[in-house]
Amino acid sequence: MNRYPAWKYLFIAVSILLGLLYTLPNFYGESPAVQISPLRNAAKADTGLLNRVEEALKKADLPTTGMFLEGGSIKVRFADTDTQIRARDALQSLLGNGYMVALNLLPNSPQWLTSIGALPMYLGLDLRGGVHFLLEVDMKGALSKALDRFSSDIRGSLREKKIPYAGLDKRGSLIIVKFRNAESRAQAEAEIKKNYPDLDLREENVSTEFHLAATLRPEAQKRIQDAAVQQNITTLRNRVNELGVAEPIIQQAGADRVVVQLPGVQDTAKAKDILGRTATLEVRMVDEEHDLSAALRGQIPFGSELYSERGGGPLLVKKQVVLTGDRINDAQPGFDNNNQPAVHLNLDNSGARIFQQLTRDNVGKRMAILLIEKNQAEVITAPVIREEIGGGRVQISGRMTSEEARDVALLLRAGALAAPMDIVEERTVGPSLGAENIESGFNSTLYGFAAIAVFMTIYYLVFGFISVLALGVNLLLLVGLLSILQATLTLPGMAAIALTLGMAIDANVLINERIRDELREGMAPQAAINAGYERAWATILDSNITTLIAGIALFAFGSGPIKGFAVVLCLGILTSMFSAVMVSRGFVNLVYGSRRKLERVSIGQVWKPVTNKR
Amino acid sequence: MEFFRFKRDIPFMSWGKYTTAISLVTFIAAVFFLVTKGLNLGVDFTGGTVMEVSYTQPADLNRIRGTLIKLGMADASVQNFGTSRDVLIRLPAKADMSSAKLSETVIAALHADDETAELRRVEFVGPQVGKELVENGALALLIVSLGIVAYLAMRFEWKFGVSGIIANLHDVVIILGFFAFFQWEFSLTVLAAILAILGYSVNESVVVFDRIRENFRKMRRASVAQVIDNAITRTMSRTIITHGSTQMVVVSMLLFGGESLHYFALALTIGILFGIYSSVLVASPLLMLLGVSRKDIVKPEKKPEPEAVP
Repeated sequence: MNRYPAWKYLFIAVSILLGLLYTLPNFYGESPAVQISPLRNAAKADTGLLNRVEEALKKADLPTTGMFLEGGSIKVRFADTDTQIRARDALQSLLGNGYMVALNLLPNSPQWLTSIGALPMYLGLDLRGGVHFLLEVDMKGALSKALDRFSSDIRGSLREKKIPYAGLDKRGSLIIVKFRNAESRAQAEAEIKKNYPDLDLREENVSTEFHLAATLRPEAQKRIQDAAVQQNITTLRNRVNELGVAEPIIQQAGADRVVVQLPGVQDTAKAKDILGRTATLEVRMVDEEHDLSAALRGQIPFGSELYSERGGGPLLVKKQVVLTGDRINDAQPGFDNNNQPAVHLNLDNSGARIFQQLTRDNVGKRMAILLIEKNQAEVITAPVIREEIGGGRVQISGRMTSEEARDVALLLRAGALAAPMDIVEERTVGPSLGAENIESGFNSTLYGFAAIAVFMTIYYLVFGFISVLALGVNLLLLVGLLSILQATLTLPGMAAIALTLGMAIDANVLINERIRDELREGMAPQAAINAGYERAWATILDSNITTLIAGIALFAFGSGPIKGFAVVLCLGILTSMFSAVMVSRGFVNLVYGSRRKLERVSIGQVWKPVTNKR
Repeated sequence: MEFFRFKRDIPFMSWGKYTTAISLVTFIAAVFFLVTKGLNLGVDFTGGTVMEVSYTQPADLNRIRGTLIKLGMADASVQNFGTSRDVLIRLPAKADMSSAKLSETVIAALHADDETAELRRVEFVGPQVGKELVENGALALLIVSLGIVAYLAMRFEWKFGVSGIIANLHDVVIILGFFAFFQWEFSLTVLAAILAILGYSVNESVVVFDRIRENFRKMRRASVAQVIDNAITRTMSRTIITHGSTQMVVVSMLLFGGESLHYFALALTIGILFGIYSSVLVASPLLMLLGVSRKDIVKPEKKPEPEAVP
């Protein structure tokens, strides 16, 4: 009656073994390491680079404890953090800007464990230290930028088709094109309809003027917003790479939010600075037709803006943007022919075409290159165009230091944000606090477990001991499962581990009490064990499913730490059901199942009332 | 070892009036404090900035306050956190200062004042994010409640579902009442604890309900009150032991879990204590009040199942 077929024992043994195997990596700890990965596709992490790194470290007399090539990056282990930091500095200066050299922690688990995919749990920021940002994309800003682009494109095509118009205005989410007569409006409407399917057009007559109002179609709006979030994520990824952080997380969260997590980052001020920068480049023409001195007195001509040149005088610049930083493929600091610091730009195909046309049409005129950072525009340089520039290679020089040139290049390379972003949530955890959190989480689990173990063994004797074993298996399976899934363990997650331990014992108590009950009723021991497990099962199922409902809802509606808690809670319920019902039964069967004549079982005292009811 | 030796079933149901009265009083008190004092909502919900700064020497709170006032943050609250060397600074969310640069300014000023000041933790939450969390939290509470009622109604009968959820919401309201009365900080993790308690406490009711269902089938001549009394008495030792073990873990969390888990563990402690009480003395009387009868469990059209023979 209380015997398991061999396959069930085998199944239990295999699951315990797997649990053990995948829990193991968590005990090896981590060692300081340096991670080297190429920033662009051109550079590759290969064995050649590995040799260069090895030689450089040997030359600098920095002993390593191992290095390997993995997933497109090189990882080098060190014995202590001191060597690690020195090695980072040495490697960064050797490899230059093309590579990201970041501090990292690598698990110490042996090769054979790693090769079967047994990795330690991934620790959340509250356990390892670091920063977490939640950024919100300003969707209004994204749409307004898109409308700006449309306005300048419409202007261009009307001019190209020689359709006369009396002006173009942007009002909120509307672009209003004014005409003198209905005829040219009809012409323009047909033209715009053909070329810009994303726009909805409406005719309006305001007193004697003929207006054409264009709005973005809803589906186009949605597409623009999605694209804005995607571009911002790409840009953030570039910027984070410049920070040199190992294993950063940059993910979309909801429709318009982006999560950025930088584990191990200490200098949060710098991180915030780099993330928040919205540097972009704009090429516009200098307005030379109007009077500068009049503008300085406050009469700024329509369609132009007043700026001051870096290190120079004021300048009237046309509002119309000819080229934006989106067209830049690469930007590198360097020097110009006069040995002045400069930024070398490489434009993409359509950027190169636009630039070539611009320089061809405007020889002898001045163009202005503006750097827009934190909503502040500054003219870096405003050179006179001497000749047509083809091939998409552009050099910006103008009174800057080599430091500034490097900064500008970095920002341009990292790309522009499609829309401004705000930090709506920030969490920083210092590394020492992270270590403390691990310790307190571990301790509360340990002491809680010990207390339960002592009590159960005293109260239920052999059955209590078996329950404790089952509980241990539960813990093993839970940690193993979390490691396999590579779920992120957070402090609330550790609390959930402790809590599920307390709750998991419920199933064992239900079973043991039920067996006592059956014994009390006068059932034979073997039959009592069987009935105890059978009858407790329905109750265990019901009570666990209700908790599971709560866990799933927590997962669905929670965010961050709550999600971590919910994952552990749900998994814990599943493993505890398995271990309490199947594993503990397996142990009981091993101990008692084979005995044909079982007089009594060790489950603590079973007290029988003198007057039996019924 | 054995703790409980019940000669006869304990007449819980005849105490129904008193226990219902007690629950009603605690419930009303909890609601009263919730309404009058309100919850001390943490930065997760209200938005704002919380900073944890640690010093090597016991911190001089007045000096820190002085530094903050100089920065123009007179409405900041400064208090010790855990030890006398750790300080918690709360800066309320302001419409005109949405910048996350705030924490940098503060830590720079504190560092200038005392070099040993070390930033251990910063949390900045925008007001919009906080508002969404409140909505999501309320939604989660609702979904969990509905899910549990639906499951119980399916597995048992609607009366079980209704009395089970009322008993559990009673626990939740009482935990909230405690947080309101003592003005403990109500954070996101506390919300998680409360939702976990909702699942945990219903677990408790289910065990008793299960026995009631079984007893209805077995004890054919007994009255409804007797059936329930017997079910509670028979599960009593399991109830105490289970809660005892969970409580041991939670107490261990309260003692060794550090400050970060303090209120989380506290919410669980209260929840577990009231979970025992409510599942036994709130859910079951409610079940009687709703007029549960054998017919609800043993369907008349079906032949009564023969008692399971082991």
